[in-house]
Amino acid sequence: MTMTNVSEPETPAIVAEDVRKAERTDRIVGTIQRQGALAVLIVVVLIALATFENFRSFDNAATILVAAAPPMLIALGMTFVIITGGIDLSVGSLYVLGGVLAAWASQYGILAAFLLPLAVCGAIGLANGLLIAYTRMAPFIVTLAALLGARGLMRAISSEGSNTYLVQNDAFRKLGNGSFLDIGYQVWIVAALVVIGIVVLARSRFGASIYAVGGSEDAASLMGVPVRRTKVWVYVLSGLLAGLAGAINAAKLGSGVTVLGTGMELDAIAAVVIGGTLLTGGAGTIAGTIAGVLLLGVIQNLINQVGNLNSNWQQVISGAFLALVVVAQTYLVRLRRVT
Amino acid sequence: MALLEVVDVSKIFPGVRALDSVSFTLQPGEVHALVGENGAGKSTLIKVLTGVYKPDGGELKYQDQPAQFGTPMDAQRAGISTIYQEVNLVPLMSVAQNLFLGREPRNAFGLIDRGRMDREAREVLAGYGVTTDVRRQLGTLALGAQQMVALARAVMIDAKVVIMDEPTSSLEPREVQTLFGVIRDLHAKGIGIVYVSHRLDELYEICDAVTILRDGKLVHTGKLADLERIKLVSLMLGRDMAEVRREGATAFSGSATGDEEAAPVLRVRELNSRHKLHDVSFDVRPGEVVGLGGLLGAGRSETVKAIGGAYHLDSGQIEVDGKELKKPTPVRAVKAGVAVQPEDRKAEGIVPGLSVRENIALAVLPRVSRGGFVSDAKIDEIVDKYMKRLRIKASSPDQAVGDLSGGNQQKVLLARLLATDPKVLLLDEPTRGIDVGAKAEVQSLIDELAAEGLGVVLVSSDAEELVEGSDRVVVLRDGVVVGTLTGAEVTAEDLMSTIATEAPREH
Repeated sequence: MTMTNVSEPETPAIVAEDVRKAERTDRIVGTIQRQGALAVLIVVVLIALATFENFRSFDNAATILVAAAPPMLIALGMTFVIITGGIDLSVGSLYVLGGVLAAWASQYGILAAFLLPLAVCGAIGLANGLLIAYTRMAPFIVTLAALLGARGLMRAISSEGSNTYLVQNDAFRKLGNGSFLDIGYQVWIVAALVVIGIVVLARSRFGASIYAVGGSEDAASLMGVPVRRTKVWVYVLSGLLAGLAGAINAAKLGSGVTVLGTGMELDAIAAVVIGGTLLTGGAGTIAGTIAGVLLLGVIQNLINQVGNLNSNWQQVISGAFLALVVVAQTYLVRLRRVT
Repeated sequence: MALLEVVDVSKIFPGVRALDSVSFTLQPGEVHALVGENGAGKSTLIKVLTGVYKPDGGELKYQDQPAQFGTPMDAQRAGISTIYQEVNLVPLMSVAQNLFLGREPRNAFGLIDRGRMDREAREVLAGYGVTTDVRRQLGTLALGAQQMVALARAVMIDAKVVIMDEPTSSLEPREVQTLFGVIRDLHAKGIGIVYVSHRLDELYEICDAVTILRDGKLVHTGKLADLERIKLVSLMLGRDMAEVRREGATAFSGSATGDEEAAPVLRVRELNSRHKLHDVSFDVRPGEVVGLGGLLGAGRSETVKAIGGAYHLDSGQIEVDGKELKKPTPVRAVKAGVAVQPEDRKAEGIVPGLSVRENIALAVLPRVSRGGFVSDAKIDEIVDKYMKRLRIKASSPDQAVGDLSGGNQQKVLLARLLATDPKVLLLDEPTRGIDVGAKAEVQSLIDELAAEGLGVVLVSSDAEELVEGSDRVVVLRDGVVVGTLTGAEVTAEDLMSTIATEAPREH
């Protein structure tokens, strides 16, 4: 902190006048990158409010939020992973495995119903993280293996998926269908975790490490960032959040449904990328991810409103959005480099 | 008492003895030059000192205690900071975050105190002549400013030893003086500095002691003031001193090769790009080397990139060999006969993971393929030709380019450019970050290529290289051509005075 006395007092600024303009462009582009999904979400919601009478109700809003709760948890973990430049394909499987484990364990109490899925999914996340960080295997392959393995494990403990465990614990069940201020408990739990996630990512050293690892792994390690530890932790977090999402969903459904979760990892990746996180790592926000998840949720809800429309159109529209966002991102990143 | 000491350290890589019983001692408050050609073992020694590599033999002592650093972080914690040759920061993070990464000021809840971090970052950077919004992404800053951030970061840690690997390679003279101010300040505080540079003037200006490595072996260590320049160069190169003397400071022949009467092979007229270039015009005749002079940010690189189709132009006209190059894109420029060697060879030039052969072949694939199939024999022929011609030192054409020394990487890049059969060669800092020997080779290659009739545009921050290598020098300042040096005017003094003349401020 004593470096201020080093330079000659008349040292002129290295950067010239037109830098101010470049700085402004940089800020504007950065804002579009971060808030683009939010803007689109607001536009879509406004159109929906104007068009669909059924959309205009508190109940419908609460329904959208409750439906978005598990995907939000998964996308939250995915945001961390993608910012490090990785990917976690195992979360869809961990989600359904977590649900089955929670339903089974609920016979031993509400605590067990949470702890068992967290422990198992966290352990699988840990294995993912260790393999990725220490053997430098590609995250895509490692987590693809975990996707297959976890789904297999789920089928094994549920006799090929035919054995549906019912939730045995009333407190756990209540958590799934009870509400506070007319909004489901799960929404509150997810909101709390999202807030914690935002603070961790934006304001903790761990968060800074996540951005650094994704931004430039070599530079990060030369700057003393614990690269491997950071990687391990993001996969553990992703696993834990997927397991928790499964448990919450089991509480809501009252059983460990075995046919869920297929493709959920891809929805989460789509939501994260639509939310402005760079798939190449190094940049992104949780606020963007929230907008991404809600945007997908709202589109789904709208398609349900149009009674005679096949719900598969949701995927078509989501896909189109995703393509659009990726194109826009590429353009924005390039714009930022040039300025 | 020595601050940092290595005794008889060896490091062996498959097939190479990168360090062979090298000893090196750094005293507190000493600025110690570490010099040698590429492949001499400087980088390896630095990596041993900073915990990137574990030595295969020998001993490392820090403050008279045996030490072993498992990771760069261990070394940093112990007080050994390093700034690397090419900026090693995270471009997508803010300037302040880069400065404080891992040491962020935290509030009572253990959360990063952004306000304080930004404030302190601003204060610290002001001392390095960098005044910018510290919340900006680092990658949007100019290279020189990024380097200053890296330096500020390295120094900010309670460092006892600061290792600088070519810290001035992307700085302009004014920034170099700021850097030297920082170094003198560190020196006064008793901090030991290991200074790696290829610029002799800098070494003699700032360093107390020198250690010279060659082929992984220690060839000399002692006071720098006691060592004549010519002796230093000959020790580094391991050449006969008379030979070094005869060659002069650079390997350019000095004789003008351009034909005054010939039609220009490159005609550039009134290039304009928002804020960067204003009516830049010049000609290059076949066989002529035209230097672009000026300070960092004067528009030299932008001009070169624009001609190569890789930089946006608002208006302007480019003619190659009499034909207009309309709406230049890299593909159109290459087709027209323009070859550009970019400033940042790591990021924009070579593909480090690919072999020498593949790197050279990249540019010629369209020419040697027929119906989408590539003729191996033809590629081999071209690769062989250029490896011999440019004297590329690689164990085989299949060696990964990333494993070669900087000088050889540069030659591979040149080979790739030449393989496209260009009419005009645009070279942006062709000798940056490569050692004296390789530099000389690249310089004489430029001469040879011009003599064969190529039009060459040379950008170099090294004034001596620019004036000795160029037949004419077009001087740029703030994107405007402020003068052209020809004939006897092509001297470092004239270049400096042209750059330094008061600019009429209008835009």
